[in-house]
Amino acid sequence: MSRRPQFKFRLYLAGDALNSTQALANLRALCRTYLPDRHVIEIVDVFKEPKRALEDGIFMTPTLVKLAPLPTRKIVGTLNHTATVLTALGLEPVTS
Amino acid sequence: MTSLRAPLIKGLAKAPTGIAGFDEATGGGLPHGRTTLVVGGPGSGKTVLALQFLTHGAHACKEPGIFVAFEESTNNIVVNAESFGWELAALTRQKKLFFVDAHPGSDIVSSGNFDLGGMLAALELQVKTMKARRIVFDALDVVLALLPDLASQRRELYRLHDWLLAHQLTGVLSAKTSVDGTRDMGSRIFDVAQFMVDCALILNHRAVLGVSQRNLRVLKYRGSGFDENEAPFLIGKQGVEVAVTRAPGRVSVKASSERVSSGVERLDTMLGGGYFRGASVLITGFSGTAKTTLSAAFAEAACQRGERTLFVTFDSEYSEVIRNLLSVGIRLDRYVKSGILRMISARTIAGSAETYLVRVKAFAKEHQARCIVIDPISLWASPGSDMTTQSVADRLIHWSKGDGTTLVCTNLLDELSSEMEGGSQLQISALADTWIHLNYVVQAGERNRGLSIVKSRGTAHSNQVRELILSDQGVTLADTYTAGGEVLMGTLRWQKESAERMANVATDVDEKRKRVELDTDEAALAVRIKSLQTELLAKQVEKDLLARTTERSQGELSKGRTQMKESRGADAVKPGQR
Repeated sequence: MSRRPQFKFRLYLAGDALNSTQALANLRALCRTYLPDRHVIEIVDVFKEPKRALEDGIFMTPTLVKLAPLPTRKIVGTLNHTATVLTALGLEPVTS
Repeated sequence: MTSLRAPLIKGLAKAPTGIAGFDEATGGGLPHGRTTLVVGGPGSGKTVLALQFLTHGAHACKEPGIFVAFEESTNNIVVNAESFGWELAALTRQKKLFFVDAHPGSDIVSSGNFDLGGMLAALELQVKTMKARRIVFDALDVVLALLPDLASQRRELYRLHDWLLAHQLTGVLSAKTSVDGTRDMGSRIFDVAQFMVDCALILNHRAVLGVSQRNLRVLKYRGSGFDENEAPFLIGKQGVEVAVTRAPGRVSVKASSERVSSGVERLDTMLGGGYFRGASVLITGFSGTAKTTLSAAFAEAACQRGERTLFVTFDSEYSEVIRNLLSVGIRLDRYVKSGILRMISARTIAGSAETYLVRVKAFAKEHQARCIVIDPISLWASPGSDMTTQSVADRLIHWSKGDGTTLVCTNLLDELSSEMEGGSQLQISALADTWIHLNYVVQAGERNRGLSIVKSRGTAHSNQVRELILSDQGVTLADTYTAGGEVLMGTLRWQKESAERMANVATDVDEKRKRVELDTDEAALAVRIKSLQTELLAKQVEKDLLARTTERSQGELSKGRTQMKESRGADAVKPGQR
């Protein structure tokens, strides 16, 4: 089997707002299930780095940006619809 | 009604929008430090209105602004607004205006709930950096539509509202509704929003009989009086311009008793001194009855007094108008050259009566006109519905009155319509202060121009029909002759006049002859008196002579007798003896 790509994520959060913490938890769970050992998550707290959010054009929190593999994708929200998120990330749901 | 609320306006600080007409209608602009919701259908002018509010703040009120665009890319917005001359690029450079591209992108995937906390954190930084006082969230519906349910939408709306209030920003939220402006698209969230905000505006854009018509209505305005009616507006060269029907709290303008010349001396006499300053004058007549000439005479007189004048012509190119007027001795070219007179060919303006009104107002403002001539106003009536054109005429007069501008409009009549239908097209005849009617009087194979004053408010005016005479010396009025209950004009008048002149001459001659006769008689009598006197004198001389002769002869006689006696030596005779 060919070497599978490494996933790079950046998650923009708004401090410890409920939907932000939910999104982080959902992302971590998803990565554990679908991308074990081949993911990097960078967390940006827009409350601490508002300038960055402005520059990156992030206006809804939480927002997940998939930086690699290309193309980049943006997903907003708590990421609680796993199927939607997987489709957006180009991943196949596990059928077990 | 609205004027009763005027004192309240003072209680609430206003953020002027710089939108002509809107600030007047709301007593100063949007509520300062509060939130305003602008809803409207696609292409109803929400973005332009919001952007104008920001640029005015940045230019004129020292209030830097932030524009958050959810729908269009900010580049597009800047390019689209370029034609308004708001100098967006310069404002952005000077950090008085900041655009945030919050356009979510078509590929964005939404999964689960999210909030605007991140955006507000980012904006907070920007607000502090540039000391922004105004902020616009354009097409907020786009981002709210990504939220999964009404509860979340409501939550984010309140979050935004609270944030705006906490920072005392004057905010504008815009959102799309369906075309007719009655229902918002897809979600009921803006019903909630309308309750939440302090001020709500509804914009709509529809076609009335094929003519585009934009309207703005203030739905609510907490703590302030406002004009509650739908007000037509336009997106013109300088952005949004709202036509104000009635401005609340505005003091009615004091009616002037000053007279301004109509440019025709005898017409001034007929009107008791001329038109009133600030009056609206309507001149009706069929084509060729010298409506243009009469209105141009007024314009010329105004220019001679040194009053800035605007002449709007719809009929032909204005250079043609000037040339044609030369033939009646009205020279407008020198005033155009000196800049005191501005002539506009309104042929190029296409659109509703509303468009004409706004353009004319804009030109008048630009030119600072004290006198305006619109020739003819009847062309406004063709496009658009009756109701709007009528209200346009109403507002035209109201506006010119408010400004103290003297307005002369001509109205072209259809050959088929009767005289009394004269001003009905725009109902302007009822509104105008002075109505002059020009018509042709056909008599003895001639067409002559007749002028009559149908009405003139506050002026004793002649009720007589006069003949209007155009010559290369200018415009004059001639008295008409009434003979056998008929008004005589043209050649008939001339004949009558010359007959009278002839009769006068005859009387004159007669008189002279008589005088000569009398002189002769007098002279003859004098001569006779003289001769009689001479005769009398002769007689007296004769009588005198006679008396003396008699005396002398008697003396001689007695002397002779004495001598005879003496010579005879006779005895002295005793008297009484012989």
